[in-house]
Amino acid sequence: MSEQFYQRDVYGQTLVELGARDKNIVVLDADLSSSTRTNLFAKQFPDRFFNFGVAEQNMMATAAGIASCGKTVFVSTFAVFASGRAWDQVRVSISYNNFNVKIVATHAGITVGPDGASHQALEDIALMRVLPNMNIIVPCDGPQTASAIMTAANHPGPFYIRLGRPKIPTIENKGEFKFGEAQTITEGNDATIIACGVMVSEAFLAVKSLAQKGCKVRLINMHCIRPLDNAAILKAAKETKLIVVCEEHNVIGGLASSIDEIVAENFPVKVMRIGIRNRFGQSGEPEDLLKEYHLSSLDIEKAVLSNIS
Amino acid sequence: MANKELSLKELEAKAKEIRRLIIEMLAKAGSGHPGGSLSAADLVTALYFNILRFNSQNPAWPDRDRFHMSKGHCCPLWYAVLAQAGYFPKEKLLTLRKLGSILQGHPDRVTPGIESASGSLGQGLSIALGMSLAAKMDKKDYRVYCLLGDGEVQEGNIWEAAMAASHFKSDNLCAILDFNGCQIDGKCEDIMGIQPLSAKWLAFGWNVIEIDGHNMQQILSAYNQARAVKGKPTVIIAHTIKGKGVSFMEGVVGFHGRAPTQEEAKQALKELAE
Repeated sequence: MSEQFYQRDVYGQTLVELGARDKNIVVLDADLSSSTRTNLFAKQFPDRFFNFGVAEQNMMATAAGIASCGKTVFVSTFAVFASGRAWDQVRVSISYNNFNVKIVATHAGITVGPDGASHQALEDIALMRVLPNMNIIVPCDGPQTASAIMTAANHPGPFYIRLGRPKIPTIENKGEFKFGEAQTITEGNDATIIACGVMVSEAFLAVKSLAQKGCKVRLINMHCIRPLDNAAILKAAKETKLIVVCEEHNVIGGLASSIDEIVAENFPVKVMRIGIRNRFGQSGEPEDLLKEYHLSSLDIEKAVLSNIS
Repeated sequence: MANKELSLKELEAKAKEIRRLIIEMLAKAGSGHPGGSLSAADLVTALYFNILRFNSQNPAWPDRDRFHMSKGHCCPLWYAVLAQAGYFPKEKLLTLRKLGSILQGHPDRVTPGIESASGSLGQGLSIALGMSLAAKMDKKDYRVYCLLGDGEVQEGNIWEAAMAASHFKSDNLCAILDFNGCQIDGKCEDIMGIQPLSAKWLAFGWNVIEIDGHNMQQILSAYNQARAVKGKPTVIIAHTIKGKGVSFMEGVVGFHGRAPTQEEAKQALKELAE
């Protein structure tokens, strides 16, 4: 882990690249373009950028209308608004229609930090995961954000891509990004940690510390929540007998639930969940919040050690 | 691909035929929304047969004008018009609301000629706005029409879209407001007042045309006026009668969302006979 990037910076830059290559790329924002970084695209391609002001519902349904005419539409706002405020528009106009709309939601999770609970999306994966046709990617770092955006542009149909606010470390040696295929970052058979987003780097710290204690842990970066890599999950269940899932999301409905469902139906093993438990977030610095909500590398390490057989 | 224009008399006869189909479909389906389908029948008939540019043999023709029914519960009207316009065989109409049918209880893209799903009110004007923005980006001259219900304008999303369409100067967009004054629970003014309608749209920067929504001449003239207005979108506020054409349904709130019984259908078809 060396370089650090803002995922949203990478998003904005990737949009500019895409825009130069493909005239069919259209970008929408709802008064947050300087935060989501769609302003980079707006500067380059003003005729293909629309700012909808503070009106997310209209923005989502309008995105569907533009997509119905053959465009690839990227829509951005904060994750709380993209998933919660405009959920019915996403459901009926985007997901049900199966239109080519790519929702890139930034400022997801508890690591939004000082803005506090109203701005910390802890339920967005759950809200998107129940919608048929919706693909979901939670990239773990800056470079993977670029891969996710390119993948969404190249695959027809709706996507929800979840990005964070803070600068996050780049995960090295994770291999090529393949849509729907999990990445094994470290090998091991004592336990498996499955993580997404910023929690991958937190889990990586735990894995390194566990290794010093003689515990070899498999770390899987589950960047695609839909489609989910069932094979990687079941392989881990069979080979390691313990799975610890890490996400900066409610433990209900997100990555942990996705894994629980597959494991319970096919090969039941113990699945421990590192995530937010029945609480809203609050103001604070990201690292302090990760500790307060028991999402830190120490919490992950503890969960592995106290459940390993 | 311009369609053959019908005379006023022919349009009126066509609208009557559409109304008969609506009654037959709903009686067969046993559920659905006759009131608003009948109130908007003249508006949509005139649009499809004398105004809209389309090719029913090639529904995806890129230069087609777009029509979107935001008040999706009135899709029996849309289906009857699409069948009459040649998008699919008329026999399909009797499969309305049945398992596996291409005619769902609310609009779905599975139906040839339907651009987008609707049914959750308030979203359709945004969909239409998106189509109009796409036309401008592609420098195409197709127009976009969107049918709204009057109860529907109680949805906040409508006014977000209204604000945006005027901000983006979407003069290729024409909303048609079927102002029949009734919604499921009663008269609009009793449930949640929507007046003054005209002043609201004017304040949002729209060109407003008010007409009698059952007068073919006024309807055609409104569509033509809307086309001529530059720099802003147009809304046609069409004063209509819920259940228009069937005496015992006219102005009756109860027929918003209840299909006619077989006996009622028989009576209605007699009234709508040629």
